[in-house]
This record gives sequence, C-alpha cells and structure tokens, in this order.
Amino acid sequence: MAPASLIDTDSKFDPDDLELRDAVRSFCDNRFRPGVSEWYETGEFPVREAARELGGLGVLGMHLTGYGCAGSSAMAYGLACLELEAVDSGLRSLVSVQGSLAMFAIWKWGSEEQKAHWLPRMARGEAIGCFGLTEPDFGSNPGGMRTFARRDGDDWVLNGNKMWITNGSVADVAIVWAQTSPQGDASGIRGFVVPTDTAGFSAPQIKHKLSLRASVTSELVLDEVRLPAAAVLPGAAGLRGPLTCLNEARFGIVFGALGAARDCLETTIRYSREREVFGRPLAGYQLTQAKLADMTLELEKGMLLAIRLGELKDGGGLKPEQISLGKLNSTREALEIARGCRTILGAAGITGEFPVMRHANNLESVLTYEGTSEIHQLSIARAITGHAAFN
Amino acid sequence: MKIITLVKQVPDTWSERRLDPETGRVDRAVSEAVIDEISERAIEAALALKDADKSTTVTLLTMGPAGALDALRKGLSMGADDAVHIRDDALQGADVTITSRVIAAALLRRPWDLVIAGNESTDGRGGVLPAMLAERLGVASATGLDSFELTGGAAGGDLVGRRSADGVDEVLRLGFPSVVSITERMPDARFPNFRGILGAKKKPVEVLTAADLGLTDLHPAVSVVSVAERPPRQAGTRIIDDGSAAAALADFFASRRLI
Repeated sequence: MAPASLIDTDSKFDPDDLELRDAVRSFCDNRFRPGVSEWYETGEFPVREAARELGGLGVLGMHLTGYGCAGSSAMAYGLACLELEAVDSGLRSLVSVQGSLAMFAIWKWGSEEQKAHWLPRMARGEAIGCFGLTEPDFGSNPGGMRTFARRDGDDWVLNGNKMWITNGSVADVAIVWAQTSPQGDASGIRGFVVPTDTAGFSAPQIKHKLSLRASVTSELVLDEVRLPAAAVLPGAAGLRGPLTCLNEARFGIVFGALGAARDCLETTIRYSREREVFGRPLAGYQLTQAKLADMTLELEKGMLLAIRLGELKDGGGLKPEQISLGKLNSTREALEIARGCRTILGAAGITGEFPVMRHANNLESVLTYEGTSEIHQLSIARAITGHAAFN
Repeated sequence: MKIITLVKQVPDTWSERRLDPETGRVDRAVSEAVIDEISERAIEAALALKDADKSTTVTLLTMGPAGALDALRKGLSMGADDAVHIRDDALQGADVTITSRVIAAALLRRPWDLVIAGNESTDGRGGVLPAMLAERLGVASATGLDSFELTGGAAGGDLVGRRSADGVDEVLRLGFPSVVSITERMPDARFPNFRGILGAKKKPVEVLTAADLGLTDLHPAVSVVSVAERPPRQAGTRIIDDGSAAAALADFFASRRLI
C-alpha cells in the first residue's frame, strides 16, 4: 500500500479536485519527470517551454477566476502543487511564483487594464511573471526595503535591488514592491507592474546554487526605471499587499513540500523492498521499518493538516498563523523525511539516479523561503500568546 | 464535418488481466478499467480535424457497462462535443456480430460523415468491427490507417489514408460517409486540460438500450464453449556465476536446441 493512502485521504477530496490532481500527476510524470534529474544536474531548466506546457494544462493561476483562469478550488490548487513538487520543488516554485505571487498580485490588487493585459497571457504561460519583494539586506523584515519609487510628475521612477527572485531573468513582467515614503513608513509600500523590457531594468541570474537547480533565480536591478502612473497596483497599500500574495504561495507550499516527501518515501519503500542486505530485503529489518513507519506517520499527519487548511481556505477563513502552522510543518517534516530516506538508500541516495538527495537539497530552500521556519514559529506563537516577538 | 469516434473501455493493459473461467468473459474485478489507448488516438485524430475546422463536431460512441461512462468523460475532457452510451445488461458478453449490429443501429440514428475507430481493442482484439460496420451500413471503409488527411470538405471532398503492410505502402482514397480505423502510428492523444476536465461533465451523453435501437432479437454468432486457465509457469532455471556460468548457459541453450 502506498504510504500516502494508508488513511485514505483521497476520500476527503471533491471528485473534481481529484480529477485535476490526477491530470497534473499524469502530465508531470509524462512531461517533466523524465528530464528533471538532467535539468537539476546541468542547472538548465527550460522555463519558457515548461510555462507554456503548464499554461496549456491550465495550472497557472488555476485557483483564480476570470481572465482565462480555471477557477478551481484552493484544495485543487494545493493538490496540483503537491504533484508538481513530487517531481521537483523548482517546478512547483515556477507555478507558485507565476500563479500565487505575480498573477495573484495583479488579480487581487491590479486595475482592470492591468488584469486584462497580463492575466490571460500569464494563464497560458506565454508571459512569465516574477515577484520582487526580498532585498539583499531585507528578507524576513521586508518593511525595511530600500527600493524606492520617486514621484516625477505623473511618472514613478524606481531605484533599488531585489534578491532571490524566482524566474527573474526569464520574466516578461515583474511585480516590484517599493517604498514611496521618504520617511520609510511601511504604509508607503506600493506594488508596481514593471514590464521587464523597461529601460533601467535588468535581472542577472544567480549561479552556483546547490539547491533548486531546476529553477531560475535572479537578482533584479532597478536603475532609474521610469513607469507611468498606471503601473502602480491601485489596490495595494502597505505590507499587506505583498504579504497577502505570500500567503497564497505559502498555502501551495503546505501541500507542495508533502509531494516531495511522498516521492522520497515511495522511492525509498520501493528500494528497500528490492535491496538485499545480509541476504534479505532491507525492508524487512526492524530499524528500517521503524524509520519507514515514522516517516509515513509524519506524511499522513502533514496531509491531514494540509487538508484542514484547504477546507479553511475554500471556506474563505484561512488566517496567516494557520498557514504558518502548515508551512512550518510541511517543510520541516518533508526535509526530515528526505534525510531519513537518504539513510535507507545508503550511498545510492546521493546520486542523481534517485530523486531523494535532489528533494532534500531543494527542501533546504523551501524551508526558509516564503517565510523562514523561525518567522512561522513567531507567527504561530504571536497568535497563541498575544505577544509579538517581531515587528 | 460530423465525426463519430468509437470508444472502448478495456482492462488496463499495464495491470493483471484475466477471464472469468465460469463465464468466459473479462473479469472486471481484477483490473482497473481504462479507455483503450487506441480509442484515445482515434479521438485525437478526430480532434485534430476539429482543430483545423472549428465547424467539425466530434461525437463519441461506446457500448459498455455503466462504468464505461468514465471512458467517454475522458474523451469529452479531451475536447469531444458529446457522446452516446449504449448501455444494456442484455449486451454483456456480446460478440462482434451483435456489437456491430448494435453500433450500426446507433449510427443510423444520426447524421455523420466519418466514423473513426481504433484498428483493434487491446482486450477483444477482434479487429473486424470497423469493416463489419461499413458492410452493414453500406459505406466505404479503410482499415489500419497509419495516417490520413482530408482533401476538401465533407461535401465533395475525399479522405486520403496511408497504411503499410508486408513491405507495401498503400495510399487509399475514399469519399464520405465512410468508416476508417487507425493504428498506433497515429499521433499520441493530447492531455485534457483543466477547462476540458471541468467542462466535460456538462457535455451531453445520450444513453441508449438495445430496445431503444429497435433490437430485441440478438444472438451471438459464436459462443464460447469453455475457458481454461493456462497452467502456471514453472520456476525458471537459476544459474549462479561461480566461474561455470558460461558452460551452464551454453548447456541450457543446447538443451532447448537454441544453439
């Protein structure tokens, strides 16, 4: 029996959601799984082709409505993230950034013109988006950002640097968050829709990563980038703008990281049944069984939490600290599962022949991006103690 | 152009498949039922024509138990417009004589220009249904096509198909209405996208019984007398290489008169 079906979590899902999940799974197995190990090793991921394929399937911005988006449930989006990340966290990152960060920002905070111009093309994967919030010196504390938008007549002029931006170098449009208040008030933070061919915009790719190698990560450099008044996202003011988007993406990670864990566990169970040690299968040893049982338990517990958060999100009442519970648990336990699986695979576990080390390395990033584990601990603890340990 | 694509649900080729020794029919309990891959290719061929000419309609037609609706839904999610499901317990275990009568009767109920079918199903493997349908309907037929294209429209146009057999490449031309069957050399089926999957449930599926088709007197031309399972395989010979494997292998082959 597969580790992810021991408590029949499938029976918790709507049949429509399961159909979409199965479609993503079979699409990913067919189109992405065969090439992913090679992409990871070479660090060359064909983002444009992948985006068009995913757009054709309907995954990009799938939980948004209108503008060519599929309008699925949040649960279906979570399940899609799970299947994508079962192949590679980089693939899921592409979809998260496109759908939950870039498209969502426009869909939630944008003008009708911005939506009509960008969303249909982004849903089809013909235009790629990125999301610039983090800066070299501001990660967990984005409110201190130095990127500044200066008013010049009706225009805005942006200067600054953004860091660790997924899809930055291949994006057609960047959602850039910038401070407009000379005093640095967080309420002065605004979002801008920046076509990447605007003069003064550049996005050098970050090389030599040892994690998320099947994903493009970049720096954004904004040097006197002049934008018309219509480039600002009219609905967003203050940190709430970008943080609302991050909560969308984090929700996807709650499910996604469990996909990576499932792939590690399924791979390892298969391996342990075939691999003979001292003349009998590794799967038959008590120490191996204890590891497999514990990891299965964590995967199932993680699924139950994810499903509960999916129910809350589809019910319209998912709170940030609830997302923090899921993001913290899924990434932390997935990483533990990947490492545990690696010990069962032995030396074979460090090769590209098996996905386990790749997942483990990816999960090191997933653990800290979109809010580090520590920030999520603080968010949870703030909710239960009433004391904020950070601003 | 109006196209009808024949669809069959079969036991999954990749899982265990067996016959029920009592009835001689497929034991549906032991394997998952899936749309036959060749049916998916036939749907793809029809949808490719629809892609090229938006006025083309694609109707799916299957004969099978209630669960066969899943196969139709798969095809509808790929992009077919509607479906006909012939569902009747009296048709369980039908042979090709009955099946061809029933499907021919269903085809007579609506106008069409082209019927596309797979060349043979992966379970029954009769491979004669398309030709039998054409014969019953009195229309042209070309079977086992590796590719085909349309020249001109349904009115006055032709279908030009290619097939190869025994080292010969044939080019066939036929008018409409006609029945063709295609081989695995035709393109792979497209993946249904989300819009297709969610939209498929709203597409109409007409359910018909044999009585609806005016068929009451259905008798198989061939009846299965008995079905016996093949004896289980004997354990193979295991050769351990302790330096003598080459000689042992050679002896093994020699014992089978292979060398």
